[in-house]
Amino acid sequence: MTINVNRRTVLGAFGALTISVVLPGHKARAAVLGAATQPPLKPENLSSYIQVNADGTVVAFWGKMDMGQGTDLGVAQMVAEELDLPIFKVFVQQGNTATSINQGGASGSTGIQQGGTALQSAAAEARYQLVDMASKQLGVPIPDLKVDDGVISSLADPAKSVTYAELIGGRFFDTQLEWNQKIGNSLFVKGRGTIKPVADHKVIGSSPMRRDVPWKVMGSGDYVVDIKVPGMLHARVIRPEVAGAVPVEVDATSVKDIPDVQIVREKGFLAIVAPREWDAIRAADQLKVTWSDSTPNFPTQAGIFDHLRNAKSVHREPGEDVGDVDAAFAGAAKVVEATYDWPFQSHASMGPACAVVEINGDRATLWTGSQKPHFSAAGVAAILDMPSENVHGIWVPGPGSYGRNDAGDAAADAALIAKLTGKPIRVQGMRKDGTRWDPKGPASIHTARAALDKDNNVLAWHFESKGFSRVDVNSNESATRDTLAGQLIDTPLKPGVGFGVPEESYGFPAKRKAWETVAPLLDRASPLRTTHLRDPVGPQIHFASESFMDEVAYAIGVDPLEFRLKYITDPRDIAVVKAATEKAGWQARTAARRQSAGDGKFKGQGMSYAQRSGTRVAVVCEVEIESKTGRIWARKFTVAHDCGMIVNPRQLTHTIEGNIVQAISRSVHEEVQFDDKNVTSVDWETYPILDITETPETIDVVLIDHKELPPSGAGEPSMRPVAAAIANAIFDATGVRIRQAPFTPDKLKAAGLA
Amino acid sequence: MFTDSREEDVATKEIQLNVDGNNHVITADPEMPLLYALRDDLGLRNPRFGCGLAQCGACTVHIDGQAVRSCVTPVDSVGVGKVVTLAGLGGGNGKAHKIQTAFIEEQVPQCGYCLNGWLMTAAAFLEANPNPNDGEIRDALSGLKCRCGTHYSIMRAVKRAARA
Repeated sequence: MTINVNRRTVLGAFGALTISVVLPGHKARAAVLGAATQPPLKPENLSSYIQVNADGTVVAFWGKMDMGQGTDLGVAQMVAEELDLPIFKVFVQQGNTATSINQGGASGSTGIQQGGTALQSAAAEARYQLVDMASKQLGVPIPDLKVDDGVISSLADPAKSVTYAELIGGRFFDTQLEWNQKIGNSLFVKGRGTIKPVADHKVIGSSPMRRDVPWKVMGSGDYVVDIKVPGMLHARVIRPEVAGAVPVEVDATSVKDIPDVQIVREKGFLAIVAPREWDAIRAADQLKVTWSDSTPNFPTQAGIFDHLRNAKSVHREPGEDVGDVDAAFAGAAKVVEATYDWPFQSHASMGPACAVVEINGDRATLWTGSQKPHFSAAGVAAILDMPSENVHGIWVPGPGSYGRNDAGDAAADAALIAKLTGKPIRVQGMRKDGTRWDPKGPASIHTARAALDKDNNVLAWHFESKGFSRVDVNSNESATRDTLAGQLIDTPLKPGVGFGVPEESYGFPAKRKAWETVAPLLDRASPLRTTHLRDPVGPQIHFASESFMDEVAYAIGVDPLEFRLKYITDPRDIAVVKAATEKAGWQARTAARRQSAGDGKFKGQGMSYAQRSGTRVAVVCEVEIESKTGRIWARKFTVAHDCGMIVNPRQLTHTIEGNIVQAISRSVHEEVQFDDKNVTSVDWETYPILDITETPETIDVVLIDHKELPPSGAGEPSMRPVAAAIANAIFDATGVRIRQAPFTPDKLKAAGLA
Repeated sequence: MFTDSREEDVATKEIQLNVDGNNHVITADPEMPLLYALRDDLGLRNPRFGCGLAQCGACTVHIDGQAVRSCVTPVDSVGVGKVVTLAGLGGGNGKAHKIQTAFIEEQVPQCGYCLNGWLMTAAAFLEANPNPNDGEIRDALSGLKCRCGTHYSIMRAVKRAARA
């Protein structure tokens, strides 16, 4: 393509630039461009993001993580686009604190939305620098140059050309970028180069093959569980059967028949190590421990929602009212009201977390599957009393995280055991460590009310959530108080407060959306401590808010789709709702239809919609229910998804499909079981997830591509409307309104299924 | 606080294993699950620990062509059985089995931690039932776990492999 001279003139939103461009004169030879040694890894250095190898391939250093949805490939596409390179010449290196700035790790579906756009901007600057170098070297003004596949040449005389590799291959950019002084998700950088017009896109919008798939399928690469370090010992952490108990006496003779076992103990923390993994497992099982008395006083499983209703609020976020909500309810002809409940849920990652820590003098190395290796390394440094820059964090693929799972706890465990033994330590949990002891998604209750006038127009909508905080422990893992090991060596839990509100564009004349949180159930090393679980609090909030929209519609005898379309104001919201319902063949109704599907089954159709940080999703679900057993099959899902500009349609589709399946699982099966002593969900029998026999027969995905809009997130948005769509379909099929998740046969019967 | 308990060894014995066509001799507790022999003694990384309870399938290998959960299979019980892991599924030397080719073409995995179980189980199933319908595929793969929710991709890939 031809250089668009305007690309170099736009300074963007950052105001004054602080770029110092160090360039040799016109006759400079290739080998003296850039720096011979890498400038320090700092946010303002272009070299921190983009590097041209000697062979002309490019490495982009990304401070976020791909947890399997292909976001790193999306980032590579964005970088390749700006550098006018084919995708196969661009590689992304991620999750290594020595080579990437901390861009927040995997977090909030911002991989492309924030992490990708920052690297795209850096790549645009790299291209600007390369063209500027070429102009000086070739003696051709910039407007008379073109770039194709890493070759910069004169438009008038194509023989006059130079490649990226000849300009700076194997050396380093030594120029600076403007940056917004924000480490983490929001980090953004900008130089003089500006990003390409969408009309010129060749790589963005295509679906090249992922780089991690072949090695994952062939089994030829390392997961974090495969990391081995010379002299490494295998460790297992011993946790109590009663939550809150700490070891009082440990009987070393109980494991004396197992070779080279060491017991590791510090305050409330207890672990066992051995050179052989099987020996560590056996010893952990065999070790006799006397635990302190502990009375965690967890409410009963059945009483958890009453506990929430009665518990004192520790924080309330009233939100900002639209209109006069109280007056609307006072003058209403009719009020519709309902409450909804959502249980604690587990990340239940496929493998319990694993981490390896090796200490070398005043420095240490962490290998982790954590989705936030920069923060996790800082957490290890805190345990080891080291400055965080002394801990090298290396992300190695692990089991998927879906938020802040047990990976952060494993890193802290490994660090503490390495500190106490002086040996490199590999710690891995057993199944119950991943299900019983991971931090949980919070349980919550939700109350929705609608005020209607005599003509059934909605005057006001009032939505309240009350739940455990979404952040008893912070989703970053950098503070000792946020890990089990840290809490067990007496760092008190300092619970954060946080919840959320429905994200929608219903244009009701008056609206109130508020939330409040209650205290954690146990203040140290609780198996019911809460944190982020994929789409934090989105599924529970929108289960309630979007079930309620159907309830209001049926209460006034209006089709649920027609009701929504009467009030939704945002054009993109309207577009996804129409796209999903048209594709699915929406069947208008004003009451539950209770259609037979034969064989003693009923069938129904339900919908819902939500926004999430700029993304819009609408879903239509078709369910079948066996009337005798109450078993549900979400047979078909239709999803319309708008996340602005689409970078990689195939990976977007796969990410949405995964969200739908995981969300069905959470809606239909998942509830952390516990008694007054501890969590009793310890494996896949006591914490079942969706089986392939229950997977939808069809998942139709309609992608709406807004090339003119920046990309927003896709890792989580399609998780949140699923539960309500299923509940709404259950109502259509049976006339039973289910207001408590998960929608197990027992709960359906309790809700009135005959 | 730090305690050391060093005593006599538990009973270990020499055990012969044939894995991916190679013979090995290891010294181990005969009750130790095969998974740890493969991972820790032989240094293989494909069978993975997921639950240790035969509930998820991440540790699956073939013994004489049958899909077996190595996390609950005592190493001494393997005897002369020929063990095949994911690395040897396509015949070794990095050659892909048709189920692996299909999973790559369909770009199935997300995190991929569970993948070993689906591939090994589907490969054994297709050997026994080369032309399955959807219901047979679902039944054959029932009981395997995938937390990323790639089931829909897995169905596409198994059907593709059956056609190959």
